Amino acid sequence: MSLIRVVLLGLLLSTQALSPLYASDSAASADVDVKKIIFEHVKDAYEWHITTLGDKHISIYLPVILYTERTGWILFSSKELHHGGEYNGFYVASQGVNEGKVVERVDGKEVRPLLDISVTKTVFALFINALLLLVIVLSIARMYKHRRSAGRLNAPGGFVGAFEMLVSMVVDDIAKPNIGAAYARYVPYLLTAFFFIFLSNIMGIIPFFPGGSNVTGNIAVTMVLAVCTFLAVNLFGNKEYWKEIFWPDVPVWLKVPVPLMPFIELFGIFVKPFALMIRLFANILAGHTVVLAFVSIIFVTMAVNSLIGTAMTFVSVVFTVFINFLELLVAFIQAFVFTMLSSVFIGLSLPQHHTDKHNDINEI
Amino acid sequence: MSFLLPDAGLLFWMLVVFGIVFFILARYGFPIIVDMVDERKRFIDQSLQNAKEANERLAAINAESESLLKSARDEQARILREAAVTRDELIKEARERADKEGEKMLAETRRLIQMEKEEMMRDMRRQVAELSIEISRKILRRELSDDVRQGSLIEEYIDETLKKQ
Repeated sequence: MSLIRVVLLGLLLSTQALSPLYASDSAASADVDVKKIIFEHVKDAYEWHITTLGDKHISIYLPVILYTERTGWILFSSKELHHGGEYNGFYVASQGVNEGKVVERVDGKEVRPLLDISVTKTVFALFINALLLLVIVLSIARMYKHRRSAGRLNAPGGFVGAFEMLVSMVVDDIAKPNIGAAYARYVPYLLTAFFFIFLSNIMGIIPFFPGGSNVTGNIAVTMVLAVCTFLAVNLFGNKEYWKEIFWPDVPVWLKVPVPLMPFIELFGIFVKPFALMIRLFANILAGHTVVLAFVSIIFVTMAVNSLIGTAMTFVSVVFTVFINFLELLVAFIQAFVFTMLSSVFIGLSLPQHHTDKHNDINEI
Repeated sequence: MSFLLPDAGLLFWMLVVFGIVFFILARYGFPIIVDMVDERKRFIDQSLQNAKEANERLAAINAESESLLKSARDEQARILREAAVTRDELIKEARERADKEGEKMLAETRRLIQMEKEEMMRDMRRQVAELSIEISRKILRRELSDDVRQGSLIEEYIDETLKKQ
């Protein structure tokens, strides 16, 4: 059974990769632009191309929302921009710095609108993931409420049990040991971040419509998450934390007259969330890229020789399945690592007095 | 490089979406679940504590009944021992009393026998004395007819009597 599932998964993956190829490769040229295929998938777009049946593209056209001095706020469907279409002077740049973005021509130059808050593919996937997360968590919370009012305290099973296990993991194994006594205040944020990242990662692995988007592999998304952790660390950091940044426990000549250590510490405040941002983004982006690259082997080799291509199809499917399992692991690990490191940073922002610290060290 | 440049529109939407999701879940979602898990944990801890206490109480009851049983057994042994002692004493006493009684009876018997004997002796002596007197009278009647013999007889008697004494 599981073998069949694995094969199906591989087939689905390859169909996902197939569609854009046929769409863009109608000229049936022998050159397969792997880079283009991959970039089309991992980068944002104004429409969500689901699949192609024959010559018919099945896409979800998403709203484009722009603000420029010329037009003010403007909203139109991305269908207008489809295949080089133009709407009210706006079109999608096909090359240059703004490739793939909506631009307008001003004085013969391509210029990005002042504000572009279009609901792009990633934003739409973000909506779907957020809605799914809300539905899952709120329905489970509702179920718990009912159980409590019915006086049933026994542990739930199935999906809810697994969910509760993850909640307990975040609370007991991540928040409590890393943050310490004041952990309770940060638990809602850590849980939200964990489940948001985990769900988005999993949705990214699913190769067809509601999934398959590259949400957590997008630096804007991870940046917001990292900024949230940055705020959680620095808004609630205690006096001791700030003292250790501006007047750390080092020889005085390291602090005065050149504030070497304070500078390094201050730098560290920004480096920590930056590392969080890059880690999550890079891992997920790399995962998507590797999966697509393995799928693309089929088309590259098929273009060379159909016999080699057929043989390589098996290799490609096997590798893709393997990478997908790996990505399943990475989906969890990256959510775990982000939450764990956030907790560690929050814990560092709540240091105890030095006497207590010494005791801790002695205890260890 | 465009991968590394965060898109402003996406930043905006992510901020909005994550903000809303965080707000809703932090208010209506996770606290309920975490509270429930905590409550269950407390309930389990409480139950374990209760079970432990019940076990301890049971053990205490067991020990108590054990000690009760032991003391009852001790009491039984003590009563049995006392009964044996009492019995022995009673037997001893009875035996002593019987001995005493027997001795008393023996002494009485002995006294009676003595008395009987003395009576008999007195009786015999009287009869002997009477016989002696009778004989003496008969002899004296015959002997006193002769003076010489009379004198020698008296002499003889006196000797005899003296000797006897």
